[in-house]
Amino acid sequence: MTHEKIILAIITMNGGRVAGGAPIFICQTTEEMEQIAANLEAILDGIAHEVGEGLLIIVKH
Amino acid sequence: MNEYTFPILYGVAAGVLTRLYLLRTDYRQYPTYLHGRTIHIALGAIAAGLGTIAVPAIMEKEFAAITFLALAASQFRDVRNMERNTLNELDQYELVPRGKTYIEGIAIVFEGRNYLVIFVSFLSTLFYLVWDIWAALAASIIGLMTARRFMSGSRLKDIADVQYVKPHFEGAGLYVDNIYIMNIGLPARREEILRYGMGFILTPKNFNARTTIANLGQRQAILHDVSTALGIYRDSGTPALVPLAKRDLNDGRVGIFILPQVEDVEKAKAVIENVPVLESAIRMPKKRRWKRKRGERR
Repeated sequence: MTHEKIILAIITMNGGRVAGGAPIFICQTTEEMEQIAANLEAILDGIAHEVGEGLLIIVKH
Repeated sequence: MNEYTFPILYGVAAGVLTRLYLLRTDYRQYPTYLHGRTIHIALGAIAAGLGTIAVPAIMEKEFAAITFLALAASQFRDVRNMERNTLNELDQYELVPRGKTYIEGIAIVFEGRNYLVIFVSFLSTLFYLVWDIWAALAASIIGLMTARRFMSGSRLKDIADVQYVKPHFEGAGLYVDNIYIMNIGLPARREEILRYGMGFILTPKNFNARTTIANLGQRQAILHDVSTALGIYRDSGTPALVPLAKRDLNDGRVGIFILPQVEDVEKAKAVIENVPVLESAIRMPKKRRWKRKRGERR
């Protein structure tokens, strides 16, 4: 089963701005965010997209 | 041995040679070596046989034999199905897929070329029987040249201008000229993309071309051809590194973003210019049958 065009994970520094069904990773620094996003990108075979300042999502296309 | 032996042998030989001539392995890498070729040479020989036999059959007033040609048609339609299925299966494991339109184009070509072989064989044998071997030779050569003309369609450079533009980022958005390509979240990926990526702008030469290059299959064919010819900086598990082609909605230009392993702008441009215009992608909204009224704008 593939989850295409679905937000697979959310990586953010501001947990108050996001909520919902996808797993949310709350980070302290930008570096940490990038680190986690890079790992998730490889694991989930999805692309990390920046949808807002300090807010990354992973979507498989 | 009878009066038909040599004409038939000649016709079959001419047909098979035509098939061999039309069957070239090039950068599109299809068909690859021996086995794929064997299939097509064998089918070519069958096609040549069918085309050839039709002539003596008519001369002997065996008109029922012509129905064999109908059999041939269904046979070669199967060739098209076979090619389509094979290529579709293989396409799943390509780093940059060919796309269904390209595959359909290749399949059509395989079917069409067998008919060209029938045509050449038929003409050759007919001329041999009616006149002599020299007339047959001339007919074969003319047939071959006609086949060649049919074989080569137009290229992308005939319908669009290709221009190199360095891709750039605005925030997370990747742009080629002013055409938005995709959103890349990770700075590390952005660096890779700026380092290896190349952008090209296709400007359509007329309104027909605008619709043709807008076709998703045509765009995928461009990406596939460039990635085959120049390599691709991509692997499974790096989905962000993906070549894409997007359209400028205002004027119909298409922005091509590629990640070639060979960093040679001129080569990449040449490859893009030589991408075949896919038969199934061609649209001609400007072509019509009725005459223009005087004074009407073109």
